[in-house]
Amino acid sequence: MTTATAQHGEHGFWTTHVFSTDHKTIGKQYLTLGLFWAVVGGLLTYVMRWQLAWPETVVPGWGEIGPETYNALVTMHGTIMVFFVAMPILLGAFGNFLIPLMVGARDMAFPRLNMLSLWVFALASLLLFISFFVPGGAAAAGWTGYPPLSAKAEYTGVNWGMDLWILAHALEFAAFLMGGVNYLTTAIAFRVPGMTFSRLPLVIWQQLTATTLFLLSVGPLIAGAVMLLLDRQIGTHFFTPGGGGDPLLWQHLFWFFGHPEVYVILLPAVGLVLDVLPVFSRKPIFGYRWIIASTIVAGGLSFIVWAHHMFVSGIDPRLAMPFSITTILISVPFAYLMFAMIATLWRGSIRFDTPMLFALGFIAMFIVGGLTGIFNGSAPADIYISDTYFVVAHFHYTLFSSVFFGGLAGFYFWFPKMFGRLMNETLGKLHFWLTIVFFNATFFPMHNIGLAGMMRRIANPLQYDFLVPHQWINVVATIGTMLLLASQIPFVMNVVWSLVAVRPAPKNPWQANTLEWTAPSPPPHLNWGEALPVVYRGPYEYSVPEAPEDWLPQDRVLAARAR
Amino acid sequence: MLNWLRWLPENVSTYGGDIDSIIALIWYSTAVWFVLTFGTIGLFLILYRRRAGRPAAYVKGERLAEALWVLVPVVMVLAIDLWLDFRGAPVWAKVMLERPPAALSIQVTGKQFNWEVVYPGPDSKFGTADDRQFDNELHVPVGKPVRLLLKSKDVIHSFFSPHLRLKQDIVPGRAIEAWFEATKPGKYELPCAELCGFGHSGMKGWLYVHPEEDYNRWVKEQWS
Amino acid sequence: MASPAEAPAIPGIATGKIGVWWFLASEIMLFGGLIASYSVFRLGGPGWAEAAHHLSVPLASINTLVLLTSSYTVVRAFVAAERGDVRALRVYLGLTILGGLIFLGIKAVEYTTEIRAGFPPAAGIFWSFYYTMTGLHALHVLAGVVVNSIVLATEGVGAKNPHRVELAGLYWHFVDVVWIFLFPLLYLL
Repeated sequence: MTTATAQHGEHGFWTTHVFSTDHKTIGKQYLTLGLFWAVVGGLLTYVMRWQLAWPETVVPGWGEIGPETYNALVTMHGTIMVFFVAMPILLGAFGNFLIPLMVGARDMAFPRLNMLSLWVFALASLLLFISFFVPGGAAAAGWTGYPPLSAKAEYTGVNWGMDLWILAHALEFAAFLMGGVNYLTTAIAFRVPGMTFSRLPLVIWQQLTATTLFLLSVGPLIAGAVMLLLDRQIGTHFFTPGGGGDPLLWQHLFWFFGHPEVYVILLPAVGLVLDVLPVFSRKPIFGYRWIIASTIVAGGLSFIVWAHHMFVSGIDPRLAMPFSITTILISVPFAYLMFAMIATLWRGSIRFDTPMLFALGFIAMFIVGGLTGIFNGSAPADIYISDTYFVVAHFHYTLFSSVFFGGLAGFYFWFPKMFGRLMNETLGKLHFWLTIVFFNATFFPMHNIGLAGMMRRIANPLQYDFLVPHQWINVVATIGTMLLLASQIPFVMNVVWSLVAVRPAPKNPWQANTLEWTAPSPPPHLNWGEALPVVYRGPYEYSVPEAPEDWLPQDRVLAARAR
Repeated sequence: MLNWLRWLPENVSTYGGDIDSIIALIWYSTAVWFVLTFGTIGLFLILYRRRAGRPAAYVKGERLAEALWVLVPVVMVLAIDLWLDFRGAPVWAKVMLERPPAALSIQVTGKQFNWEVVYPGPDSKFGTADDRQFDNELHVPVGKPVRLLLKSKDVIHSFFSPHLRLKQDIVPGRAIEAWFEATKPGKYELPCAELCGFGHSGMKGWLYVHPEEDYNRWVKEQWS
Repeated sequence: MASPAEAPAIPGIATGKIGVWWFLASEIMLFGGLIASYSVFRLGGPGWAEAAHHLSVPLASINTLVLLTSSYTVVRAFVAAERGDVRALRVYLGLTILGGLIFLGIKAVEYTTEIRAGFPPAAGIFWSFYYTMTGLHALHVLAGVVVNSIVLATEGVGAKNPHRVELAGLYWHFVDVVWIFLFPLLYLL
């Protein structure tokens, strides 16, 4: 082995696998926690959907659920999926694993801070998990936690659960702040020679933009969380009327963070897809610089669109038009990103391996989510649509497609590098087709029932005469959910099978260009041996006419001329 | 399933048709985009699937001439979006900003988990002895603009009438105005659309839209 | 040959400084959010100036002076560290820490007098903001005192890394600047 590993080879089990400062181990730990929460969040949907399809019947394996429990389920499902699945997987896992490997660093800039980030996140996870079991149950004020509902225990009957919910958020934010400082510093200061910013893979650009958005938007919400905790614990009135407070302040603070936050989730997923597409189209990404510019513009605009979440919240109705216009402007860079993805396929030589299928699934489903967003972004249409299942359908088409289609594209693509094993293609393709079919069976009908007027977060649609005729839609969506959950069985089988049955992965199984494929699979501690790679060109040089093969790694010296 | 416009409940307000037409406009525009983008993706996937002896083209899309293939559709998206917003603005103004002089003012107060509907009575003033309160019942005459004064006693609620196409969050500490003019007599549900606690599901009232003479009779009965 | 772990930072880029600046950017947004919320509320409602009159401007002015002085001493500490003058470094870093402690002491006196006078955090929206903003700031001062103490405990005994003094100083300046905003907003307006 190389001297690099020899020097650091004396680590024991605990420092290698548990209290590790290695970015790859930390990435995998984030992945494990994220997948654990995905299972929890997924199982909650089974209970929720059962209640919605067959209200007030016994849920097999759970029992009867009352409206209090339903509110807790819907709240925790949202919280878990956004903050404890999407962020740890898309940012925590992929960010940690990929950034050093793709910029040519041996580890993060501050490895111990990185480890602290993970353990603070683990603590946040623990608090959130405990909150299910405290007297009064888990938080039940919605994932947005609007006060006054969240500000006084008497309104929901939830006491400690809500405080733990706030604390878990605060710790989670702290964890990702530490991670974010690391990501940015590493990518700025630890690039190998030749790795200029205009040769950085797009997945890294997306991670950095997402991280920047997070760092710059989360502060006001942390302040809000402190204020909410004070309202609950020592009787201040920031968010309750008597005493000069205003419930809408929370909504402003929440959505000032909340809209950048959805891009914090979306952009890394876009990045994963942008890096998968050229490899399986054997073609450069269409318009590298334009994509970076679009991403940065979208990130900047995300700070001035937040009130579109609040059209009917009681803000001055004259504010709606300016925020509608910024919302329309933000669709431009995203339209660019989607069209660039499609244009990358044009005149390619497309291979349909599992990562590519999930990447294409992301594009297709995200386009649907983007188009339905136009309904929500239009202020007059939003009067009718807001807080209905149409919104639920919309954000699952955008966020589910990010986390699952985008995330799984990345997972199948980098699994050989992460674990040094090849996955089974047949099971992978089965997983994709089942997932996309039942994803649509679950969420497409929600557009219909949302337009029929069904409100979000109601436990029993049969209590409303105007919804009774549409109840069959809820039954369809519920059966879809169960089958969607069952569709993950091939995935679990595939992961277990790949880890147990050793099919060692070669260094570069996909014939890809970026630097992580020049390291062994899995990369050793400190990633490369004695010598680091040197970069000579951009990350997407596929089918270059002068090159001997249809890929041209970033570190390869081309004899005739260095491009 | 695919024609979403059929799923909207019957519209019974003067501005509901405008909102529906905006929804329809967006539906048709997005349907066109859906067909175009999915068609293009499908076509590319078939045409450019891997085949022996046909390498991919080395096109980077960086030069303006290449980028235009993407930029032109982007500009079209922007144009259509702006047009939709342009069409939507008057509708928003009609519902939220330009309230016609009201024939009747009613105060609706949300509380966990009821709507308290207060009529000012014959003197048309709130806070006087002839105010009458009805729980979860809102009676209005057809064809008359009605002004609502929305308040909350505890948490945020949202006054929602699917048939009127009216939704307005109610924030404690504020009195928020809304208005509508019903066009068809009948009995319609008034759910709460914002999570407001364990009784949120099932928090609803009824809107009774009466023909003019029926409404007058109802008023006479209540204030006799 | 250097071990691989130390090798690769791009020459001329101070990684610690980049990290601290990004951290401070998010901190600015934290206090920015609070200050913005406070300003919007204050512009929208009457009676704030009256509540603010119960604060002690003299004590807060002394505190402002203390913090400004400590910002100066932390600069001197960095200069001393760069020159390798360990004795001066110890003196100036010690003075900076002392400044932080005096600030916290005076703040504690203010809090107790105000609470005794009947103005706890729940006494009204002004007081809620006052305690939250100054309290959060005081926690940052405390964190700065801890950081400076750690630097004193390592650099003050002869370790040679002026970079660490500089980073601690950067954070300390930030704490100072936040106070420069809080002081007029809460006490003087």
